[in-house]
Amino acid sequence: MNEVKCECGHVNPHGTILCESCGRILDDKEKDKQLLDMRYEGSARRSQTYNKTIIDKIWNFFSSVKVGVWLIVLTLGASALGTILPQEMYIPPVMPASEYYEDQYGWVGKLYYELGLHNMYGSWWYLILIASIGVSLVICSLDRVVPLYRALKTQRVSRHEGYLKRQRLFGISDTADADMDLEKIKQKLKAKRYNIREENGNLLAEKGRFSRWGPYVNHVGLIIFLVGGMLRFVPGMYVDQILWVREGETKVIPGTDGQYYLTNNDFILEIYDKETDDEVFDAAIDRVGTVVKNYQTNATLYQKKGNTIPGEKPELEKIKDKEIRVNEPLKIDGFALYQVDYKRDELNKMLFRLENKQTKESYGNITIDLFDPQTEFDLGNGYYVEVMSYFPDFEFDGEGDPTTKSRIPNNPAFVFNMVTPENPDGEVSFVAIQQTIEPLGDNEYKMAFNGVETKDVSALTVRKDLTLWIISLGGAIFMIGVIQGAYWNHRRLWIRKMDGQIWTAGHTNKNWHGLKRELESVFDETGLPAPKDQLSEDKKE
Amino acid sequence: MAQLSSNLLYTAFVLYLVSIVFFSGAIKAKSADGTKIAPSRSAKIGILITIIGFIAQVGYFITRWIAAGHAPVSNLFEFTTFFGMALVGAFIVIYFIYQTPLLGLFTLPIAVLIIAYASMFPREISPLIPALQSDWLHIHVTTAALGQAVLSISFAAALIYLVKVIDQTKSDKKTFWLEVIMYTLISTLGFIIVSTAFSMANYESTFNYIDKNNAEDQIEFAMPAIVGPNEGELQSEGSFQPLIEMPAIINAKKLNTLIWSLGSGLLLYGLLRLIFRKRVSAMLQPLVKNISADLVDEISYRSVLIGFPIFTLGALIFAMIWAQIAWTRFWGWDPKEVWALITFLFYAAFLHLRLSKGWHGERSAWLAVIGFAIMMFNLIAVNLVIAGLHSYAGS
Ligand code: HEM
Repeated sequence: MNEVKCECGHVNPHGTILCESCGRILDDKEKDKQLLDMRYEGSARRSQTYNKTIIDKIWNFFSSVKVGVWLIVLTLGASALGTILPQEMYIPPVMPASEYYEDQYGWVGKLYYELGLHNMYGSWWYLILIASIGVSLVICSLDRVVPLYRALKTQRVSRHEGYLKRQRLFGISDTADADMDLEKIKQKLKAKRYNIREENGNLLAEKGRFSRWGPYVNHVGLIIFLVGGMLRFVPGMYVDQILWVREGETKVIPGTDGQYYLTNNDFILEIYDKETDDEVFDAAIDRVGTVVKNYQTNATLYQKKGNTIPGEKPELEKIKDKEIRVNEPLKIDGFALYQVDYKRDELNKMLFRLENKQTKESYGNITIDLFDPQTEFDLGNGYYVEVMSYFPDFEFDGEGDPTTKSRIPNNPAFVFNMVTPENPDGEVSFVAIQQTIEPLGDNEYKMAFNGVETKDVSALTVRKDLTLWIISLGGAIFMIGVIQGAYWNHRRLWIRKMDGQIWTAGHTNKNWHGLKRELESVFDETGLPAPKDQLSEDKKE
Repeated sequence: MAQLSSNLLYTAFVLYLVSIVFFSGAIKAKSADGTKIAPSRSAKIGILITIIGFIAQVGYFITRWIAAGHAPVSNLFEFTTFFGMALVGAFIVIYFIYQTPLLGLFTLPIAVLIIAYASMFPREISPLIPALQSDWLHIHVTTAALGQAVLSISFAAALIYLVKVIDQTKSDKKTFWLEVIMYTLISTLGFIIVSTAFSMANYESTFNYIDKNNAEDQIEFAMPAIVGPNEGELQSEGSFQPLIEMPAIINAKKLNTLIWSLGSGLLLYGLLRLIFRKRVSAMLQPLVKNISADLVDEISYRSVLIGFPIFTLGALIFAMIWAQIAWTRFWGWDPKEVWALITFLFYAAFLHLRLSKGWHGERSAWLAVIGFAIMMFNLIAVNLVIAGLHSYAGS
């Protein structure tokens, strides 16, 4: 490419504004300015140099900070829109979203739903916004970091006078004994941890250059973070399942390919108690009522031994016991099980008594396991009960016939056939909670309700997330980069002897006030004045 | 212990008020001949009292921690108070970097307002629900609040900048919006005064009403109901009868409080305008005459630079770590999470704009104001109105 050779002999890439080595102004437009634009050291950035092909145009679009800021602001605005009403995942599962929003929030809700804002963060356009930020991050960083690196690496100590006098901090002074003054300044600069380079009696003091890489480091962190977020969609990287398990029950942990099993030994729910807990909490408990103290599942984890064919009962090996609480998940092999929900006192067993209606005499008890009901009960002496039908979650359907809504025993009902010496063919009775129907006429016997046994059910979220380490890495790199760029500044001071005068110029990428104060103390008592701020003097009153 | 703790908080509050007086003395004492004069006696006393107040408040924090057995950042009162404390702490640090008593004159009243606002919420020590029982509670919340506090300093500095540079001889968009800021601050004061007054008078009126799920419920208003709940029936004798009834989806109690705050703010603001016969910002302008606009601009920018990493660490990174442990996922688009992201994005945009020309000084100051508004929105509206998983259940 047509490179630009500076008078100092350094060869610069096409498009360079300030010679990378001596700082001479190579672009005539820059000469009219009182102060130089020092942002990227006047280096040749691709985006400022080429604008012909479509690739150039795309590159230039995404490398512009203006575009970047627009993308950020659009994302910000969109994110805010999504919080006006709850997102679909947070609405109660009482009715479909298509009805819920209108029902709860009227026409506003309807509009919200129709615009798709109820599920906004997963929408294609929101993802495109985020992706554009990612693309922009890559391009804008590449566009700047390479030339900036070149320029900072190549910079020479002696800078061109046009460069020096167009720095924001600049001064010319006469001095009787330049060498002695310089020596003092050097000592003080060293004490302030400046790196000092000298060349032909000229001086460049520099510190904090590494902070210039901060933005690029943090952008790399962000990119890694975004990539991590995207990997979530790769099968196998991410598991999100829920496991409902009753007390006493052992279940396979979903997502683990049948490798792991979990037993719920006990589910515990504790609330704060004014008697036993610290009395400082009394006032709060009085005001709000019950406050939950603990949700806990005492679990035992098992691993399957050997291979089993489907259907065969696996042999299990105990791995460990663990009390799973909120904030204290059970971890195994990349999986974590979290306490997330529960159901108390779910019906588990129902107890009945075969009773003669007249004499109230009992002829035996039966216990029905609502999850695995036995169908025949021989009570001896010719007494016999058969469960003809079982409806775990009973209701009448449209035709008035009994059916079941689900397999969860929320409202169990039974059809019994009671065989007794008096009725060898049996009497049929339909028994539901608080309700008995004798469809074939009056019976002599009945199944009297004799109590229930209940159990708690605990819900655990099963989670595997193999993207976590990538996301953490991205986050860590981001933090390092931000801190690097925010808590350090890149400061430079040039001193050049010209025709018996001393020229001084200072530059920092941010925090000018700090640089000025530092230079004031460096030049104090040296006989030389510190460079003056060419920009702000006119603004002060 | 709990009693000692609240006494310490009270002490801190009073000391902050006293130091404001000294800082305002320091402004007048300062001569007009330039930037570099040693801080006057008054400023020295001011910062000393501020520091003592800060120590008292740290004492409050520690004693309350001991009394409760957990870090006192577990409900709105505690969080907001901590935020006020962090704001004072951040101010003290920035004061020693830049030596500007004027910053105290603007920051401390904001801190005092915030602490007073905090104490309008239920103040009992509350037990921790299971999700909050984690060391990440104090790690996450304190870092996030600290970040927000440092970012708020940029608001205080920006306010000084705007009061200084905006031309008060005209009346335009700028003077209007600056007055809106002043009015908002005054309304916060109004809220505090009105709430305190009605609570001292033990005002309470109970309504039976129909909530948005068509169920009957009862609600207590602590201020006379200008707007009443849906089909509300006043139960208390001699209470004020609502003028307007609200539909069920609007929380009439919160709206009523808002109306009282804005109304009393308007009254106070109107009084100030009547007495001084100029805009509130014009009234403040002489105070900021001697400070260099460049310097406050830099303080404002610097606070964003210092605060942004802290905020990111506390409100996003630590938050994500905790969410992964307590809620099984590090990110779930909960409103509070989203507003932390919005704050983050906003200040990222701020920093990028600052890199381009023309976004220094006044424009940057307006941005700092918007940033603060976003944080306050997150603190107040998101907690009280939107309320997702994070809700501290304040009312
Ligand atoms: C959410 C997304 C982003 C975040 C959090 C972020 C963060 C940052 C931070 C903290 C800085 C340092 C600022 C300073 O020290 O003053 C920075 C600098 C910068 N960012 Fe970003 N950034 C983001 C997106 C972008 C995008 C999309 C672009 C592309 C146009 C971009 C371009 C730049 C540039 C050009 C710099 C200055 C580099 C320099 O001074 O050498 N950033 N960014």
